[in-house]
Amino acid sequence: MPEDLKHIADDYRWGFRDEIEPELALKGLTPETVKKISEAKGEPAWMTEFRLKALETFFKLPMPKWGPDLSELEKKFDEFYYYVKPPSRGPVESWDEVPEEIKKTYERLGIPEAEQKVLAGVGAQYDSEVVYHKVKEELERLGVVFVSIEEGLKEHEELFKRYFAKIVPPTDNKFAALNSAVWSGGSFVYVPPGVEVEVPLQAYFRVNTAGFGQFERTLIIVDEGAKVHYIEGCTAPLYTTEALHTGVIEIYVHKNAHSRYTTIQNWPTNMYNLVTQRAVVEEGGYHMWLDGNLGSKVTMKYPSSILKGRGARSEVLSIAFAKTGQHLDTGAKLIHQAPDTSGRIVSKSISKGEGRASYRGLVKVSPRADRAKANVECDALLIDPESKTDTYPYMEIENETAQIGHEATVSRLADDQIFYLQTRGLPEDEAAALIVRGFLEPVTKELPLEFAVELNRLIELEMEGSVG
Amino acid sequence: MANRLEIQDLWVSHEGKTILKGVNLALPLGEVHALMGPNGAGKSTLGKVIAGDPNYRVEKGRILLDGEDITELAPDERARKGLFLAFQYPVEVPGVQVANFLRLALRERLGEEPRIAEFYARLKEAIELLDWDESVLSRYLNEGFSGGEKKKNEILQLLVLRPRYAILDETDSGLDIDALKVVARGVNSMRGPEFSALVITHYQRLLNYIVPDVVHVMMDGRVVKTGGPELALELERRGYDWLKEEVAGA
Ligand SMILES: Nc1ncnc2c1ncn2[C@@H]1O[C@H](COP(=O)(O)OP(=O)(O)OP(=O)(O)O)[C@@H](O)[C@H]1O
Ligand SMILES: [Mg+2]
Repeated sequence: MPEDLKHIADDYRWGFRDEIEPELALKGLTPETVKKISEAKGEPAWMTEFRLKALETFFKLPMPKWGPDLSELEKKFDEFYYYVKPPSRGPVESWDEVPEEIKKTYERLGIPEAEQKVLAGVGAQYDSEVVYHKVKEELERLGVVFVSIEEGLKEHEELFKRYFAKIVPPTDNKFAALNSAVWSGGSFVYVPPGVEVEVPLQAYFRVNTAGFGQFERTLIIVDEGAKVHYIEGCTAPLYTTEALHTGVIEIYVHKNAHSRYTTIQNWPTNMYNLVTQRAVVEEGGYHMWLDGNLGSKVTMKYPSSILKGRGARSEVLSIAFAKTGQHLDTGAKLIHQAPDTSGRIVSKSISKGEGRASYRGLVKVSPRADRAKANVECDALLIDPESKTDTYPYMEIENETAQIGHEATVSRLADDQIFYLQTRGLPEDEAAALIVRGFLEPVTKELPLEFAVELNRLIELEMEGSVG
Repeated sequence: MANRLEIQDLWVSHEGKTILKGVNLALPLGEVHALMGPNGAGKSTLGKVIAGDPNYRVEKGRILLDGEDITELAPDERARKGLFLAFQYPVEVPGVQVANFLRLALRERLGEEPRIAEFYARLKEAIELLDWDESVLSRYLNEGFSGGEKKKNEILQLLVLRPRYAILDETDSGLDIDALKVVARGVNSMRGPEFSALVITHYQRLLNYIVPDVVHVMMDGRVVKTGGPELALELERRGYDWLKEEVAGA
């Protein structure tokens, strides 16, 4: 293998593809493509209409004029596949029904079968179609809905329609419009009033066709006093064609409900990752976004919480790791719309080589939001002299009683720390990885154990050969 | 010659400035030596260079550990051979829990994953010896530690890692009298035929508790005098001027 390719492969340890030929693949961004997607999914007419309108909106809206350079992407919207249906019967109820090929893929991804049994329900998205989806009986008994977004639309149409695209309308931004036109795959979750789901709901998914953009769409509704933790882990194989991932995540947290959305994404380094994540939090409710971003060519992602009801709270914790050739523009938004709302943003970024990590955040306090409290902490760690970071903290405070704190730090991987750890026997690489893990600790300590372990492994891989 | 840490005619510079000017010193395994000398004499530099600090340049001379030339080895390789430096200014490593760090360091020291029981036994023993609270184990490495706590933490690491040769750089400075006793107790507990220490200090006070076999005095980048414990007492009484004159006159 040529040296540079080998390096890429090392970088991306899950960089393999498997042999399944897609049943239907739609390339190019046209109304015909959109209609065929809708048809293939057997959707009601209103959804077809919605998609077509969203496509018009997409063409009308400008590309973002701020943030990372998207000019290359703009030229090749027609080169992506917008829908890929694998040769499978769609959702299956038991593990035995999952095709052998697909099982092999999961094995290579290192998702142990035992873990799936322990988990409440494992939804695994294979390309755009959920091929394996199992909801534990317990959840069903509690009335919790945890299905693919397609099933959500089919089986819970009224509920679906009430919330879908209400938090992130297609007009929100160009990529939300694109997702609205061609969305495929994702989860639909409904937790009834007062129900506390103790085990996290986990979904794994992956992207599997060259040049294929993934347009996942997730809608989570946490009804009054309910509690849920949704986890999305994502690994994708490596291709030379530039790939596009444009997701939309909408979460509605009702009165006194409690929700968490955790995601660690490790994208191949040719991927455009442009995601809109937004939650609305009603009175006394709480929502946490925990967002880890590794890999990709460009990431733009700003998980947002709209604190709509009195006393609503939210925390947004994020990690970004940018290496040479990567620009991760990530951050958070807190929109305080009611009195006594509070929020906290913790953003940790690492830039290595010529990588660039930017923090972009907004804290907005409306005139009604008396005594709103928000605290922003963004810390950047630079590994190499040529590594880059920048910070864009926007504040729109329209209420004098608001208490807003902002703290930003930039530090460099310090030689004296490395030497200190080395004198205790840790090799230089390990010392550097340990310092990075320590830097991320305020965020990783909030992760479920197996995720923290996985993230630490990824960090170690990313840090290999970084010093000396 | 085996079983000793030996410094032979060591010349060291930093950014063009010569700091060590031909240090000779031998620390046989099983002995405790004190290293004294005025501010700026080069004591800390010597300690760091023995530990392998890449900031300094060895111009000439050798460092031998049990007969092996370690002058070119990386700091971690030296540590794995049983060398330890308690820093004059321990470094803060945010987000890294003391216990987790000690486990990783012990793994390197032992060359294999320590057995959980063994690891906890070492931790418990060390914590008790230092009259400390277990809560320190879940704190982040030196972050927010008081000056005295940082010094104690160096000794905690010493006790858990059990090196063969330890250099303690002013571990006594900034300690209150109780902490001083506790630290001395920690070091004394390590004493034996398989352990050596080079104790860098300005004060006789520490040497009342850790009684050295040999005392060296450094001045202007050299070891200028070597004697028994009484040398430290003499320095305490008379200061360094007489020695300076003696060196100049020689
Ligand atoms: N990293 C460095 N950068 C610049 N100068 C240095 C550095 N390290 C040592 N020096 C210089 O070398 C000389 C010896 O310093 P060193 O810290 O070794 O002395 P010391 O004997 O430990 O003194 P003290 O008793 O004050 O701790 C001093 O003049 C000091 O300024
Ligand atoms: Mg010193």
